[in-house]
Amino acid sequence: MNKIIALAGVVIKELYRRKDFYVLFVLTALLTVAAGAVNFFHDDKIVRYVKDICLLLIWVSALVIAIVTTARQIPAEREARTIFPLLAKPVSRGQVIAGKFLGCWLATGVALLVFYFFFAVITGSREHLWPWAVYFQAAWMQWVMLAIVIAMVVLGSIYFAAPSSTSTISFIVVVGILGIGSHLKVIALQQPEPMQFILTAIYFLMPHLEWFDLRDFVVYDQSLVSWSALALATGYAAVWTGIFLMLAWLGFRRKNLTT
Amino acid sequence: MKASPLLLLTALLALAFTLASSLVTQADGWSRRDKSDNIFGMMFGDGRKLFANQFFTMADVYFHSGYYPSIYDRGGKDSEIVETSHGHTDTPDDEIKEDFFGKPKDWVDAFGRHFRIVSHTHLDRGTEREILPWLRLAADLDPQKTETYTVGAFFLSEHLHQTNEAEAFLREGLRNNPDNCEILFALGRLYNESAHDITRARNVWELGVRKFLLLPSADQKENKIVFDELAVNLARLEDKAGNYGQAINWFHAAQRVSPDPGALQQQIDVLQKKLDALVPVVPGKLY
Repeated sequence: MNKIIALAGVVIKELYRRKDFYVLFVLTALLTVAAGAVNFFHDDKIVRYVKDICLLLIWVSALVIAIVTTARQIPAEREARTIFPLLAKPVSRGQVIAGKFLGCWLATGVALLVFYFFFAVITGSREHLWPWAVYFQAAWMQWVMLAIVIAMVVLGSIYFAAPSSTSTISFIVVVGILGIGSHLKVIALQQPEPMQFILTAIYFLMPHLEWFDLRDFVVYDQSLVSWSALALATGYAAVWTGIFLMLAWLGFRRKNLTT
Repeated sequence: MKASPLLLLTALLALAFTLASSLVTQADGWSRRDKSDNIFGMMFGDGRKLFANQFFTMADVYFHSGYYPSIYDRGGKDSEIVETSHGHTDTPDDEIKEDFFGKPKDWVDAFGRHFRIVSHTHLDRGTEREILPWLRLAADLDPQKTETYTVGAFFLSEHLHQTNEAEAFLREGLRNNPDNCEILFALGRLYNESAHDITRARNVWELGVRKFLLLPSADQKENKIVFDELAVNLARLEDKAGNYGQAINWFHAAQRVSPDPGALQQQIDVLQKKLDALVPVVPGKLY
């Protein structure tokens, strides 16, 4: 476990040394503040559109940080040939996968914490309300969803040739699931066979990332999601994360690192 | 001949400045961009109308606090902010009709509903203000979309009691659509109900009727509901003002386009009785 934590620590250090997070955070902050500065009909109590824009930017930024940071981890180690001294420590290939995953996930968690703190400050200063429990649920679910995404990208980085292709494919898959994940069955039912069967199978077999998007609950001041549903969703995310990491380990175990 | 780079640069800068100062006055007329009165018009051209529709829908989404069908759930949903601005309130039947999720299709759908907004509510007690940014953006993107102005003004005046803002928004709509009788109707309603200025309301509604009568017959058919609203409201206004004869005339005009002329006839009969009850003033003998 110590080796995994040490590997994760290196990834976290890498995140705060690189400029990705700072650029995305400044961009999010600037756009949110600019949106919040607009006055509509001389009414300064309007706040939901600011929450909506800010949360959208947080989601986009967190996805970019998670996918881009994860996609380059293992390919960068291979390209710089630092993977060999790393594996000679001795660190097993499974520990490398686990360490890289944990580092990316924790680093994304730290970034999310900063983003949500900013969000709470900005929206709280306008509406003088801080529904911390709703914010916690939204942030937690987003972080848990990012665990699945990061594990999926780790798996992609084992099989795809370059970090750019891993990132692009991961973005398409994640955005696709978030966009039509919950409607795939409705779409499937309108298709002829065998497409109907294929789409229905994908609907049941894919990770339903759209469940983890609680932005509407924050934006529209809704009551809390039931904690039991939250716990079940967390378990669901843990299972999918485990599946992707296992597949990544199986692929990495047999991977020829010299080519 | 070898020119110094510094000299060349200075000459080019001087040339650029001279050309810019001489062309700036003519450049305005070169493109149609000057006709776009905002940045969106310049950026998107006519494509901005697509975004305007999207933003108008966003206002409806906000009005329902996120409880809204996607294109996969149910197509052709009428915009409820428009219905509300015309005085419509949901009946229990409407509520059932608008349960667009239906029963869960499977366990994925059932569990996923924990993380979706599944109750049909409308904004109230001042929170209606949250739809305004989207209406403002929709108006900027498509100044010819008249519903944006009428809906925005309705919520500003009726729900948020910002009569001045509502009037300014409608006036802006009128500047962009000078012959639009729907906006004139909304403006008249604002004067009548919020400002209690019957004279201005009458003038604006009568202008609306005149604009309606100038429309081609095809457009008149399409907008007959607006004429119905104008005529009926003018009739009620004249009734309140005690001009029963004029009120009857307006109800007769409304009957020509109304979906329910029988109901209007009942109101005409009531007014006729009021008119008949008026005792004509006969000058009496002075000596």
